[in-house]
Amino acid sequence: MRLLSDSGKLAPQPVLTVLTCCLAVAALAATASGAVFIPWTSMPGLLWGDVPPGDALLHNILIEIRLPRVLFSAVTGAALAVAGVTMQALFRNPLAEPGLVGITLGAALGAVFAIVMTSGGFLVVATAAFLGSLAATFLAYAVGSRYRGAAGLLLAGIAINTVAASGIGILTYLASDVQLRDLTFWNLGSLAGADWRTLVWLGPWTMLLLIYLCRQWRVLNALLLGEREAAHLGFALPSVRRRLIVAIALLVGPLVAVTGGIGFVGLVVPHLVRMLLGAHHRYLMPASVVAGALTLTLADWLSRVMVSPAELPIGLVTSLVGGPFFFWLLLRGRSASMQGG
Amino acid sequence: MRRTCFAAWCLPLMLALGVAQAKPQRVVVLGGSVTEIVYDLGQGERLVAGDDSSIYPAAALKLPRVGYYRSVPVEGVVAMKPDLVLASENAGPPKALERLRALGIDLEVVSDSPSIESLYRRIEQIARELQAPEEGEKLIAQVRREVQAAQALPSTPRRALVLLNRTGPMMAAGGDTAANAVLRLAGLENVLASQKGYKPISAEGLATLQPDMIIISAASAKAAGGIDKVKAGAGIAATPAARENRILAMDDLLILGLGPRVGLAIEQLKAAAK
Repeated sequence: MRLLSDSGKLAPQPVLTVLTCCLAVAALAATASGAVFIPWTSMPGLLWGDVPPGDALLHNILIEIRLPRVLFSAVTGAALAVAGVTMQALFRNPLAEPGLVGITLGAALGAVFAIVMTSGGFLVVATAAFLGSLAATFLAYAVGSRYRGAAGLLLAGIAINTVAASGIGILTYLASDVQLRDLTFWNLGSLAGADWRTLVWLGPWTMLLLIYLCRQWRVLNALLLGEREAAHLGFALPSVRRRLIVAIALLVGPLVAVTGGIGFVGLVVPHLVRMLLGAHHRYLMPASVVAGALTLTLADWLSRVMVSPAELPIGLVTSLVGGPFFFWLLLRGRSASMQGG
Repeated sequence: MRRTCFAAWCLPLMLALGVAQAKPQRVVVLGGSVTEIVYDLGQGERLVAGDDSSIYPAAALKLPRVGYYRSVPVEGVVAMKPDLVLASENAGPPKALERLRALGIDLEVVSDSPSIESLYRRIEQIARELQAPEEGEKLIAQVRREVQAAQALPSTPRRALVLLNRTGPMMAAGGDTAANAVLRLAGLENVLASQKGYKPISAEGLATLQPDMIIISAASAKAAGGIDKVKAGAGIAATPAARENRILAMDDLLILGLGPRVGLAIEQLKAAAK
């Protein structure tokens, strides 16, 4: 097996295998540890065997609290990373990610609006969050495509984030004390809300969209050459763009509705994977799925064990641990350009 | 055969009695207003963990923390192996409390709204759950006595304003706050009674309201650089309160929460209103 591909990057299959193994180990570790101590040796019995009455509590914690949370963080991390890769190719801009262009805050604005203005349950809030993220994506795209290069998109992102943040501010001012408690959650981001019910809905939904986006690797590769070149290669760009944008909003919106804003994963994971593998989207996309899942699983695990029995906000962990690490990688001087290898 | 039957009958009965009689010994409190009362009932040594808002009395600061009571971590609470969780009705998120109950944790939600009736109910509920009813009755009687004594003092009706500064603009207490309830008990009128909750107030707003009396939380006064700085502050200097030197710095929990020391709060307010 070759370890290096033609472009000097690592060969994709071994990297994917290693990443998948890491994800499996991380998921196991995250399931096995937390504020409540569950000995390794009793894990298989708790998961598959007959549960002795004395261990019912441990069994419940494992099955009802930890397992859905670990799975949900993996799903969310994968979705955020893939959204990042897709947007970076689509906008032809290495800074594109759901948070920077306003999708996350757009979703938050939608959710906050629903919380304050209606007394709807999860479905209303999630729908509103999705609509918010969709509106933000289209705005970012409309403004961003009017300018050449990074400036338009960045400015659009700043404008959208400002508008959304002030909207959230106004709604916060109007909110009652009870509603405020629901709102604080949006500023911090948390995976504590994960349970089987949300997972059953959002897991398959996310998987479908991930598969759909991974299959778009050809057009994403073509976009690396340039929009005109992609069009000359036979891609109907306007409709492709619209489809991709809707898919990203469909992917990120409902997840953000459950987790609040989790930054950083969508921006950095694609870059890390690109440093390893190069920019061939056929491999970049699936590798980002696994790496994103791995990153958020680890981050959520850290947020649960670092200050146990309390919990750190997950957004804090992703930026606190990931930020310096990304800095270090950049300072090492390896190319993280869009063109990769 | 007979003997086994007897044992089979006896066992659940004994268990039930045992459960009913065993006082909870590992208690987790969620919410500072609950914590304070547990200590006042003399039951502080039964606490194994509190939350970030459990800052009074000083002993509560030494308890392990499970985070903020409005974002309760389920596993964190379970890890303390509590046999009772006493949660303020403001604790949440609701889903976390639901899950704690689903895990078989004995969780009791106690009344925690800004009124004196809620305070009495809170003391009674906590005393009942801790199986210390006598201490509860004693504490309620004591608070009642103190409140009655304080209310019997002559009162001077004044138009008052409660200020709070949490690193930013001054915030003023509206009509549905504990501060408002304490003002009313002391026979004072809140100039912002029509406002909801705590909202930022501008210097001009302060000057327009023309309060006869200003109460600022002690921590806020300290942060602002002392009571004299507050008095000379923009907007405040132009109020009757500043002119007549009726600006009071009051312990944060005394004025901002309606706890068992409410009698003392009323007394202080009345003394300052004269």
